[in-house]
Amino acid sequence: MTNGWTDVANTDVVLVMGGNPAENHPVGFRFVMEAKRHRKAKLICVDPRFNRTAAVSDRYVQIRSGTDIAFLGGLLNYALSHDRFHADYVREHTNASFIVKEGFSFADGYFSGWDEDRQRYDKSTWEYERVADGYARIDKTLEHPRCVFQLLKKHYTRYTPEQVASISGCTAEEFEQAAEVICSTGRAGRSGTILYALGWTQHSHSVQLIHTAAMLQLMLGNIGMPGGGVNAQRGHSNIQGATDLGAWNMLPGYLKVPRANWTSLAEYNRANSPKPLRPNSLNYWGNTPKFMVSLLRAYYGENATHRNQFGYDYLPKIAEGATHSWGYLFDEMYAGKKEGLISFGMNPVAGGPNSIKMIEALGKLKWLIVAENFETETAAFWKAKELQEKYYGEVTDPENVQTEVFLLPASCFAEKDGTFVNSSRWLQWKYKAVDAPGNAMDDQEIISRLFLKLRELYEKEGGASPEPLLAMDWSYANPVSPSLTEVAREISGKDVRSGRQVPGFGALKDDGSTLCGNWLYSGSFTEAGNQMERQGQSDPTGLGLYADWAWSWPANRRVLYNRASADADGKPWDETRAPVRWKGNRWVGDVPDYKADAPPEANGAFIMLAEGVAKLFAPDFAEGPFPEHYEPAESPVENLLHPNVGDNPAALKFSSDLDPLGNAEQYPYVAITYRLTEHFHFWTKHVSATSELQSTFFVELPQALADEKGIASGDRVRVTSARGSVEGPALVTKRMRGLQVAGKTIYQVGLPIHWGFLGRVKGPLVNNLTPSVMDPNSGTPEYKGFLVNLEKV
Amino acid sequence: MHTVAKLVDTSTCIGCKACEVACQEWNDQDFTISGFDGSYQTLPDLEHNFWNLIKFNELSREDGQMTWNMAKYQCMHCVDPGCLRSCPAPGAIFQQKDGIVDFNHDLCIGCGYCITGCPFDVPRLSPNSKKVYKCSLCSDRTAVGLEPACIKACPTNCLTFGTREDLIQIANARAGELKQDGHAGAGIYNPEGVGGTHVLYVLKDAADPESYGLPKAPKIPWTVSLWQGPVKWLGNLVFTGGILGAFFHYLRYGPKPTGDEEGIDA
Repeated sequence: MTNGWTDVANTDVVLVMGGNPAENHPVGFRFVMEAKRHRKAKLICVDPRFNRTAAVSDRYVQIRSGTDIAFLGGLLNYALSHDRFHADYVREHTNASFIVKEGFSFADGYFSGWDEDRQRYDKSTWEYERVADGYARIDKTLEHPRCVFQLLKKHYTRYTPEQVASISGCTAEEFEQAAEVICSTGRAGRSGTILYALGWTQHSHSVQLIHTAAMLQLMLGNIGMPGGGVNAQRGHSNIQGATDLGAWNMLPGYLKVPRANWTSLAEYNRANSPKPLRPNSLNYWGNTPKFMVSLLRAYYGENATHRNQFGYDYLPKIAEGATHSWGYLFDEMYAGKKEGLISFGMNPVAGGPNSIKMIEALGKLKWLIVAENFETETAAFWKAKELQEKYYGEVTDPENVQTEVFLLPASCFAEKDGTFVNSSRWLQWKYKAVDAPGNAMDDQEIISRLFLKLRELYEKEGGASPEPLLAMDWSYANPVSPSLTEVAREISGKDVRSGRQVPGFGALKDDGSTLCGNWLYSGSFTEAGNQMERQGQSDPTGLGLYADWAWSWPANRRVLYNRASADADGKPWDETRAPVRWKGNRWVGDVPDYKADAPPEANGAFIMLAEGVAKLFAPDFAEGPFPEHYEPAESPVENLLHPNVGDNPAALKFSSDLDPLGNAEQYPYVAITYRLTEHFHFWTKHVSATSELQSTFFVELPQALADEKGIASGDRVRVTSARGSVEGPALVTKRMRGLQVAGKTIYQVGLPIHWGFLGRVKGPLVNNLTPSVMDPNSGTPEYKGFLVNLEKV
Repeated sequence: MHTVAKLVDTSTCIGCKACEVACQEWNDQDFTISGFDGSYQTLPDLEHNFWNLIKFNELSREDGQMTWNMAKYQCMHCVDPGCLRSCPAPGAIFQQKDGIVDFNHDLCIGCGYCITGCPFDVPRLSPNSKKVYKCSLCSDRTAVGLEPACIKACPTNCLTFGTREDLIQIANARAGELKQDGHAGAGIYNPEGVGGTHVLYVLKDAADPESYGLPKAPKIPWTVSLWQGPVKWLGNLVFTGGILGAFFHYLRYGPKPTGDEEGIDA
């Protein structure tokens, strides 16, 4: 979240789209209800299903899954054509005034630079026109025909209410009624927030979808404002923390994992320290070397020296242009190119797309280690066939699976201390409640024991490149099971010479004199103690910032981009909702997202970006600098905007025999997967209370479709996709209706995800149905908006 | 003395079922896995071991839009409780000074008259213990100054606990807010037919409580009123006569000889 849960109470309009907080974030949703009650805020819910959030909304619009960019693009067009955008904000705080190079174009579904052979874009035309010193040329009047503002306006004129309606299946009136409320925040004195979740992230165009939301909020002047922002509701209690600490392509703090062509630390630093694009850009990522060297110093301790580039060579490197995200990992595994997998705190067979491919891929491994609270579908993948023959009749027989599986009992969240990082970016310390049962160990003990044993073996027996393991600093008080307090201190960082904790990332150095496990968390554990344990409830601004409660990354800042809440001279857009105020020599209020003592006119408000302002036009993404509506990989209709280019040309697809895609003739219905309030992922089917609340997998379908097929609520139905099938009772409802799309009636089918072949209650894995098609930027699979058929059993 | 009450603001209920779980956990109920009845509701109705149920009411409006009303359902703790009026076992059902209607299961004889007497169809007979159960408004919590478990668990402040006088005021104010927000029919549910209740509801459409699963005009059945009136005296006479008769029979003939002990089902 750019803002945070408590801040939602400050809003005037809540747009919930691609999420269902009343269902999946009921505790956070209290702040939506507070805004409704105390500020008379309006709640707009746009979703393929009339869901629990819709039930308490002021306005609900039903749309077809996968058409959100069309809807949001329509909102951009509405704001521009009805003069409902915050013009001063746009001019001051976005790259609307930047002039794009000649040669940039968009026609028939493609931006300039599409390379048909390589199936990717050459982005050289997606750049700003430059003046001296490499700075971008701008036109503050926003009238230059190639300035971002004019290009944007042109791009979205096609997204008329009628076009939005015929793509997404709502009516033009429904769209316009919602647009009027949402775009009412496009002026000083009004704030609107957007809450989203996996309904946005799980598409083959998901990153662009969220980019559209950010563009809308920038056009309306809602970024950096209390009650504003683009707010991702995280689906697991610590998924935010997991992301902050790294992924296949990210080191902690969103530092990039080195690529093979960055052969030295100097080259790495050059490639990852952008040059400012405007004279007033603070360009904070210019500090990358300090963060990187401090991280290397945390990894390799005394073994990180000037002479060996602080151990840069020890880090694994990714081949240039290669990707190892989920889809590739399992595709390569299925092709027999992987030897082993260590799976901690996740359940790929249940949670990954295309379960049958997951199961078959795991069967090609030599070994699989699963550390878990329960025996999961992943640990028991080889049993799938005998436990649910009807779904897995075709998979490899257990006796022919050679994978050696180690199931290590791990403690659960209540059996260990540590932190959760919530959607609001708050690091909150938690305390162990009970001992873990039996032989279950904490994750850090399992990892440490594995590490220490491997290092011992490398020491004794040698092997290919043992240096990274041997050089690793593991000088914890108890190396077998480091205390999480000790690890938290290391993550926050210290000065190596004095041994004192650093106060924050501003103190980090690139000379090896500081160490820091994650620059973004620097300051969470200072000389004053563990900041994440704080429970102070003071709120001097009255805006619900709660600066003394826990610790928020970065720097304990509660509202990101808060400098943008004021105009060029530092005057707040809204005197009643100013998170920061310029007091002549410093900013007060929230921790400023700005240099604390720099006057308002000194720098651009978006200090992390080379532009110094926010990007409406963003050349960073795989499929274009402006978001465009593309259909899901499996779509029931052609793309009405450009019939020749249906789905995202840059989407990631796989060609194995287990990756077929279906068409609308065989699979006429659009399917969506989702979670229910009663359950947590694939976990709580092992728990009696939650199993009682919702014991049975069901298929939610529109009354009209049920009538057509002669299905009544409770009748057993089978849902099939090109990849697999599921069966369960029907939940027939009028809350879903047939949608008029491109002159056809399209029905959608809802599939809650929480069951599997193990647990106190059992049912089908809905991921038997989902495709391994991924967003090209994030690698997230398209779990929403794929095609199925449905029949009564 | 002020009586206590619970307020359910249905306009903020999101059907998250936290109140259901809290009720089950606090009252130490067994968890039983139910079948599927084609709705989001946990169970079709209340059970002897499930006292707090959110009802999901799906309705098509005249304008073609949908409403999905969610409201928790449980004992209403009537000011004039039909269950208490109909109970023949003295002390088995009692009304506390604070208004809570509670059961003493040691004295319950399992006759089920309270089930007939309840205009809200709340009490449930346990097939195991042959006694009747329902929500106690967490009298074991309120007695020590805690709010009922359901209220503690509610994330949206849909539920409030307090004195009945205060809550009626709060409910009226909330209904006023809803009217301002365009829900002209907003109002309180506090039915007269049972003298009012200690569980109050704010409804967006107070004229149509049935759309929330609440009876429109609950009244104590006339059979129970009759039972409380002349029939009770007649009954008492017959009952006393019966006992006296048995007593004299015992004096005259002594105890009945028994065969093998036939135990009660354990």
